[in-house]
Formats: sequence, structure tokens, C-alpha cells
Amino acid sequence: MRQFKDNLFRGLLWLSAFLSVAVLVMIVGFIFYKGIGLISFDFIFGDYSPAGGGGIWPMIVTTIYTVLISLIIATPIGILAAVYLQEYAKQGRLVRLIRFATESLTGIPSIIYGLFGAVFFVTTLKLGMSILAASLTLTIIVLPVIIRTTEEALKTVPRSYREGSLALGTTKLQTLYKVILPSSMPGILSGIILSVGRIVGESAAIFLTAGTVAAMPDSILSSARTLTVHSYLVTQEAGDIELAAAVGIVLIVIILAINLSATYISKKFNRATNK
Amino acid sequence: MSIPTTNKQAVEIGKANKRKYMLEKLSSRIFLICALLSVITLLLIIGFVFYKGAHPFVAGGYSFIDFIFGTDWVPSEDKFGIFPMIVASIFATIGALIIGVPIGLFTAIFLAEIASKRLAKIISPAIQLLAGIPSVLYGVFGLAIIIPFLQNTFGLVKGQSLLAVILVLAIMMLPTIVTVAETAIRAVPQTYREGSYALGVSQIGTIFKVIVPAAKSGIMTAIVLGLGRAIGETMAVILVAGNSLIVPTSLTDSVRPLTTNIALEMGYAFGTHQEMLFATGIVLFSFILILNFVLAKISAKGGN
Amino acid sequence: MFSLKKIKIVLLMLFILTILSACTSNNKDTQGSDGSDATVSISGSTSVGPLAEKLAHKYTEEDNTNIEINQIGSSAGITNATSGVSEIGMSSRDLKEEEKANGLNEVVIAYDGIVVVTHPTNKVKDLTMEQVKQIFTGEVTNWNELGGDDMEIVVVSREDGSGSRDAFQEIVDYSSGELIRNSIIASGNGNIKTTVANNKHAVGFISFEYIDESISTIDINGVEATADNVLQEKYSLSRPFLFVYKEGQLTEAGQRFIDFILSEDGQLIAAETGAIPVK
Repeated sequence: MRQFKDNLFRGLLWLSAFLSVAVLVMIVGFIFYKGIGLISFDFIFGDYSPAGGGGIWPMIVTTIYTVLISLIIATPIGILAAVYLQEYAKQGRLVRLIRFATESLTGIPSIIYGLFGAVFFVTTLKLGMSILAASLTLTIIVLPVIIRTTEEALKTVPRSYREGSLALGTTKLQTLYKVILPSSMPGILSGIILSVGRIVGESAAIFLTAGTVAAMPDSILSSARTLTVHSYLVTQEAGDIELAAAVGIVLIVIILAINLSATYISKKFNRATNK
Repeated sequence: MSIPTTNKQAVEIGKANKRKYMLEKLSSRIFLICALLSVITLLLIIGFVFYKGAHPFVAGGYSFIDFIFGTDWVPSEDKFGIFPMIVASIFATIGALIIGVPIGLFTAIFLAEIASKRLAKIISPAIQLLAGIPSVLYGVFGLAIIIPFLQNTFGLVKGQSLLAVILVLAIMMLPTIVTVAETAIRAVPQTYREGSYALGVSQIGTIFKVIVPAAKSGIMTAIVLGLGRAIGETMAVILVAGNSLIVPTSLTDSVRPLTTNIALEMGYAFGTHQEMLFATGIVLFSFILILNFVLAKISAKGGN
Repeated sequence: MFSLKKIKIVLLMLFILTILSACTSNNKDTQGSDGSDATVSISGSTSVGPLAEKLAHKYTEEDNTNIEINQIGSSAGITNATSGVSEIGMSSRDLKEEEKANGLNEVVIAYDGIVVVTHPTNKVKDLTMEQVKQIFTGEVTNWNELGGDDMEIVVVSREDGSGSRDAFQEIVDYSSGELIRNSIIASGNGNIKTTVANNKHAVGFISFEYIDESISTIDINGVEATADNVLQEKYSLSRPFLFVYKEGQLTEAGQRFIDFILSEDGQLIAAETGAIPVK
């Protein structure tokens, strides 16, 4: 009887794993199968044409803009905030409050960020539906990610580094800047890369803050469409599954590249610290 | 951009000790401000969403009870009741949990305990990749594969249904649950396993009686995170939900969850209608805050 | 290990990028005041949107104006034009009295028909206006009551606030509150088309522009849904495509774009897109 139960559960474990993998293969397979026919140099680097058959270059540019602007703002703030939490703050009520706020921000659904962005950046700050408004909204979304990964990275720096440096008569700031940050850089970088993934994959918040203009943005105050929003709109508006899947391929390749580089960096990091 | 400037000044630090001290003080202030920004943004978000959302009830004479329990949502006729959407969100989330949690958890156990190292090394990153795929693509998949499947194989009158939403959400929460639960299970000390084997317990017995209980708080975190993803998902759901305004009574009814209502109508809503969408956001927000609270409780327990 | 040098490089790059992005936004300001590179912002109907995009695409090939088109639905477009968020609003329905009262001017850029569509296998090919109303208000719920097979009717409608939906409801004569509750709500013409094309029970309505062989069109009161029948006023499910703007708000660039649309070239593009030219 026990044997039977064991085998039953073992079977269930195998079945579940099989199902999970099957779903993965199905989704990625479906996207590639449907979309690969459209992928070409012109598709990726060509200008968008409303008549159909055009490329997705404007959406790629828009996506790059949102990634860059969000990171330019979120990275310094996130790193410095993490430095404060790990290196400067006395553990107490204030730190608990900050931690609670950061964790709460992580859990908020992106549609709520979208609502906030629409009323705060778009309307109150009068940025209009624009790449800038979307990027600022995305900044808030990725801030907790950067803070958390930087904190984790700072935690791994051995205490002896700090003590050694301080014993040499350097100030706290010098220690931070010459010893702690350099040795936690890989961890911080992989956090930043993960944020890129989050930004590239985001749709609901961008949809409400950047608008849907399908043209090359001529400044960061233009309304424009990112790749994900484009994929959504061609499905919704035109019912063009193949085009949506082709955009999906581009997205998956980007995400894959991001994942691989994050893994690469953290591997390098582990090797470095183990030495 | 404070680091480059502090760098320049740091070179002169030997010359001016006083300046050095001031710099230390100044920079710690700057760090504090950066850290406080997350608190400020959280307050801003809550403030703005609640201010906009509460307005019709405070100033417009609408009843909040009617809003929550009303079953009519006809903005052009000034009727705002979100009861069907609340029910839809809850049903969809619970349904996704029922399917997603066992499969996700079992997959995590399989990867951590049963699979060979080589197999796990292939599958785990693949599942992490699944977590990174933009949610829109899950929606496209649902629309092109799941909906026709439900119509043709199960003979549903319309594939856009609660069932389709549940399936898409279950698939979406899988990677989150697998990844987090796998980490938790791997973190269980090896001595637990050895001790259990020494007592003559089989591998499967050890997994379910020793390891899973030991990793309980990590597994709960995985479930709550998956739950959060399901309840907050928007774009994928719009494509498969059908967005009908009825209180769902069966899996085959088409539904409109809270998130969908916001994204579907936010584009063109204005005035009271727009404020009511913010109010919908408040309800959604409250669900998430409760979840976060539960999560905090769980991780506090795990810490002890 | 990462060296100090690398951090410096990263920080330097971030700094340069900040400056660069600041420059881009500065550029925009100076250009805007020159008037050499004016931007016309347009928002509104998702039915007018594709046509407007094609017109803008053609127009900007020769004129260096930026035309921004946001497809957000007629009601929102009209609101944006009223509030000044957009210079021009697109509407696929007639203006309501209170909207006209806000001092909006309207230009008909084309006409469009709305067609009731079903799955190609559906035997029902002809309905009266009364039957259409009965379907959408839920009085009739099975195709066999309309001469079709014995199967449930699945109604697909646009969202509240869509110009197509408003126009359709006004002509067929039912209100949003009367719409059958369990209807699928699709947020675009394309979405209705794919939903109907993939469901043999379904019935929906779309703009003429979206007609193709994946769906079957329904004659109303025996009149086929064609541009000619709309022009001869035999086919009643039609509505204007409007550009609306606030009195005195229209810029020179906006006026030039409207002139282009009403020109022969512009109207030809409208006809190619499937809309019905004004002249």
C-alpha cells in the first residue's frame, strides 16, 4: 500500500513537471510557429506602415527609450536607497517603514501604477501621454527591484572588507565608494538587467501613460507605443495573431538575452566571491 | 549623480577635514532621501488613487455600498456597480490557484528532489524564462489556442469564459510558484533528508512529511506571489475574458474582472465614469494590500 | 571583480545619457516654437483611426508635420478636443447636443457603414432592423427563431463609449442598459471580427473597412451592405466619420491636414480603405 502511494505521488510529480514543461514548449512554440514567417530584416528595422506589411522599428525605438530613461532615474536612486538601508540606517521604525513601502510597491498590480501615472504624470504634471510619463511610471515599478537586488548584493560583501578599509583610516564614504560598491557591482548589475526585463514586458501601465501612437517618436514628450503594447493592439484591433506573434518573437529574444546576461553576471560574481 | 561629485571632493579630503565631515553628513542625507522616495511614492500612489476614487462618494452623492454590491455597470446611464467584477476577480483567482498551485508546487518538488541535476539545470532556467515572457503574449496564446480549444473540444458556446481566464492565469502563475517554491525546498538543510532516511522513511515520504513542511513558509510565499500576479493581471485577461457584465454562475460564463474593467474603459472615460474606475482600482488595491499583509505575516513567521 | 574604473565608466555613461535625453527634449521645444516642425495631435475613434493613420502616413511623406494619432474611442476623442488635450478629435458618430454646445466644429471626412456580421457557416443572411434589435436586447436567443440552425446566439458588442456602438445603438434603437448582459464586449472592430470569425454562434457589428472573407455579412431589410447603398440612402446602418476641433483651436498645420483629407488624393485613400468618400 505504501509502495503504491509512493508510486502514485512519484507519478504525480513527474506528470506535473511534464505539464509545466509542455506548457512552456507550447507557448514558445506557438509564438515562433505563428510569427517566424514575418521575421525579416525589413520587419525589424523597417518603418511602420498603417497599410500593413511595415516594420516595427518605431516600437523598438520606443521600447529602448523607455528602458533607458527609467533606468537613468531608477538606478541611482535605487542604489543609494539600498546603500542607506544596508550601510547607514540604524535598524528601527524608519527602516521598517521604508522596507514595508518597498515591499508594498512590489506587490501593486501594474494597472494601478497605470492609473497613478495617468492622473499624476500625464494630467497633474502635464506631461501628456508621452514616453516620459510612461518612463517615470516605470521608474516607480522597477525601483523596488533595484533596491532589493542591491541590498542583497551589499549583504554579500564580507564585513572584513569594511573593517579593513575603515581601519586604514578611510571615511565611510570612501569605503563605500572604493570597496563596497565595486565588490557588489555584479549583483547590482544583474538587478538592473532584471529591471530591463520588467520594463520590456510591461504593458498595462504603459498603455495608460504612453498612449498608442504608431509612429517614430520625435522626442520623449511624444506619445508612442512599445513592443508589448503593439503586440496587444494588433491582437485586439486588427485580430492579427501572426503579427502579434512576430512581435512576441522579438520580445522573447530580448528577454532571453536579458536572462542569459543576468545569469552570466551572477555566475561571474559567484566565482569571484568564492575565490 | 551625487557620486561623481563626491568623488572629486574625496580627493581633497586630506586637506580639509571639516569638509570631509560635512560631506559624510550630506551624503548620508542624500541616501536617506533616496530611501524615503519609495515611501513617498507609495503615499502618492495611495493618495492620488484614493483621492480620485473616493471623490464620487464624498462629493457626488454616490453610495459606496451600491458601488460594491450593485450589479449594473452602465456608465452612459450613470449606473456604477462592480459586484459582477469583484465576483469574477475572486473566482478567477481561486480557480487559477486550484489548478496552478498543485502543478507548480509538484514541479518545484520534482526539480529540487527527484530530477537529476542535469535535467533540473535545463528545466529550471526554461521555467524562469516563462516568468519573463510579457503577459500580453499569454493573452495572445489564450486567444489563439485556448479559446478555440474550449469551443471545439468542449463544445462551449463561447470560448471567452471564466474557464479561459482561469487557464491563462494558472499558466501565468506557474513560473512564479515553481521558481520561488524550488528555492525554498532547496534551502531545507540536507540533514533533514538524511535524518528521515535514517529512520527508514522512503524518498516520497520524506518529501511530503519532512521537506515540504520544513519549506512551508517559502511555499506560502510562492503561492501568495502567484496569487498577486493572478489578481493583478490585466492585458492577458482582456483578450480571453469576454468582458461581459454578469455575475458568473458557471465556468462557461464570460466575465469581466476588476483589472479588465479599468483597462477597457480608462482610455475614454472622463468625469464620474473615470473616477469610478479609480474606485475600482481602490477595491483592487485593497485586495492586494490584504495579500501583502498576509505575506508580511508569513515571512515574519518564517523568520522566527 | 569589478574595478573602480568600470564603475566610473558606467556612471559616466549614465551621465551622458541623461544629458542626451535632456537635449532631445530641448530640441523639441525650440522646434515647436519655430513652427517648422509642427505637431498635430489627434485622438479618438478606433474606427476612424486606421483611416486617419493612412492619411497621415501619406500626408507626412511630403509635408514635415508630425501627426500623432491616439485611438482611444470617440467619446474620449471628443472630450480631448473640447479640453484642448488634442487639437483634433475623431468621432465615428454624430455629436450629441451637449457636445455641440461646447463650441466644437465638425468636419465630415468620410462616411462609413456598419455591418452586422456572423460566422461564414451561419445560414441566416438577412435580418430586419427589428430582428437585429431583438438579438442585441436578448429577446431572441436562438438562431432557429430567425430561420437558422438550432443554436444559441452569442452577441458580441463594442465597449460603452465606442462611437460605433453609440451609432449602432442609436440607429437600431436600443440603449446600453438594454444590451443583453452576457454579450461579449470586444474593444475594437478587429477584435469583434476575430471573435465572430472563430465562433459559429456569434453575431457582431463592424465598420465596412474591416469586412473580409473570414466573416459573413448580413443584409438589413433586404438591402446589401455596400457603399453604393449607403450613398443612395437605402442602407440605413451608416454614420459619418468626423474630425472635430474647438472653435479657434485649429492650427495652420491642422487645417492643412484637413484640406488634404478633403482633397481628391485624400478621398481616394478613404475609398481604398473601405470608407465612403464625401463627394
